[in-house]
Amino acid sequence: MIKTILIDDEPLARSIVAEYLQHYAEISIMQECNDGFEGVKAIAQHKPDLIFLDIQMPKINGFEMLELLEQPPSVIFTTAFDEYAIKAFESHAIDYLLKPFSKDRFDKAIQKWLHQHQTSAAPKTLLTEEVRQPEERTRIVVREGSNIRIVPIHDVHYIEAYDDYVKIFTQKEMFLKKKTMSYYEKSLDETQFVRVHRSYMLNLQQLTKIEPLEKDTYLALLKTGAKVPLSKSGYSKLKGVLGL
Amino acid sequence: MATEMLNISTRKILFTALAWCGVLIAIETYALCDAFDFSISLSLADTVNFNLLVATAGYITYMSMRYYRPNGKNLVYLILWDIALAVLCVVAHQQIMLNGPFERNAEYLSYLDASQFFRGVIAWLMITLFGIITWTYFFMQEVRSREKIETDAARLARDTELATLRQQLQPHFLFNSLNSISALAGSKPEQARKMIQQLSDFLRGTIKKDNQLVQLKEEFTHLVLYLEIEKVRFGHRLKTEILINELVSNNLLPSLLLQPIVENAIKFGLYDTTGEIVIRIEALAADQHLLLRVQNPFDPETSQPRQGTGFGLMSVQRRLYLLFGRNDLLVTRADGNQFITEVKIPQSL
Repeated sequence: MIKTILIDDEPLARSIVAEYLQHYAEISIMQECNDGFEGVKAIAQHKPDLIFLDIQMPKINGFEMLELLEQPPSVIFTTAFDEYAIKAFESHAIDYLLKPFSKDRFDKAIQKWLHQHQTSAAPKTLLTEEVRQPEERTRIVVREGSNIRIVPIHDVHYIEAYDDYVKIFTQKEMFLKKKTMSYYEKSLDETQFVRVHRSYMLNLQQLTKIEPLEKDTYLALLKTGAKVPLSKSGYSKLKGVLGL
Repeated sequence: MATEMLNISTRKILFTALAWCGVLIAIETYALCDAFDFSISLSLADTVNFNLLVATAGYITYMSMRYYRPNGKNLVYLILWDIALAVLCVVAHQQIMLNGPFERNAEYLSYLDASQFFRGVIAWLMITLFGIITWTYFFMQEVRSREKIETDAARLARDTELATLRQQLQPHFLFNSLNSISALAGSKPEQARKMIQQLSDFLRGTIKKDNQLVQLKEEFTHLVLYLEIEKVRFGHRLKTEILINELVSNNLLPSLLLQPIVENAIKFGLYDTTGEIVIRIEALAADQHLLLRVQNPFDPETSQPRQGTGFGLMSVQRRLYLLFGRNDLLVTRADGNQFITEVKIPQSL
């Protein structure tokens, strides 16, 4: 049996997928979810082989939901026209169905997946260095135990590289996220966040003082008292942004 | 209309030139009689002849300038042209006076000879003066018509921009609605048909050409169509409250202004929270203004309402500015977990 989950905030949009799936006796729908939060829970509980996922959903979008999963299942995106999304999933999803889609088109997507599934091709990674949705410039979605937190970007004080992860520091907390520094360097507003060191990016609004550390290196002092090292090139970049 | 205006002015110019010609004839005739003791008939013949020749030369200048107006370096040609015309005038005048059926005496003949150069200078000055006036006149005409073209172009651009802003159709809305219809077509064909009807009526209202002010009740009819469609998609989460003060139901507002505001509120409300949401739409009177207030819930912890305004409201702001020349008619604010958008439409029009 093949387990699947439908995640879409419009019940009618889920019902059409369910209807098309009736023709596949071997595929059974474990659960239907209204948003990404329900989706994360349902995926943890049912461990589906395949999910049908909408992009634009309440609170967190489909891409952000996938980032929260340790081992994301195969994904077929179902979405209306969206210039950002199309670019991103062309290279990263099993398939994407543009609403409204026909039974024929749906069947093709399933065949494509079944083929990949049977030949046990490794599931494609969904982590991409591209910014896929405009809202991802304004917030970071993180996992905190079993909770999902949405951190507004202006609450982030600085970001530090940490192996395959980055540490995201806010006023009082720190979150881990499986992303690279270069992803954030590309996605965040460069007039707000500056990469001041190979391992550090800082929020300019938090900066209070720059003091020399050693020859050619400096230290940035943040409002909270936190200290962020500046490399030589980072220091000159920071000066450039601040217009010094 | 432009040619008519030109004709009237042309007639005015000709009349002025002839009147001026008459005055000169009178003065010169008096001068000749008085200074040289020529007979009135001879003096009159001399001056009428000369002034009519100069007037004709002026008219020729005017006519030619209608079709070709020299500029810059080519103005030299105008001066040469004037000199040639002046010489022609003097020669023609002399020929006519010598050969015409006029009384001739030795004094007059010597005067005619002696005054040749002076006459030429006068003729040249007159023709040049006339040329300058004509040139300026046509130049003004051209400037005026160019200005008119520019104003027309600006108005056209503004109208186009307004039309584009008005018809800003969200592809998301359209494709998702079509998807709902597709889903209903299988299970509930009657409802699918009803939704096709609603969507068609809504789209027809959206592509209306006129950019006029409409009555509030008319705008609400259109808005209700939109809300009905959204409720088919989000019926399980979306509730609306509409409050219209009866006093304002006949008030005027730009067509399709309210819909993008409500659309923005619904999107903001639906995507920023996960539960049931209530969208509140109010229309009231507020001293000389129609006040429209749209309210949606949001999550103040994760959203910055300032950024949540999005494109929908920017285009509304732009439209209001183009129509009323004011930037203060659209205001947004957050009140607890409610996001409020207010629009004032001036009513003393």
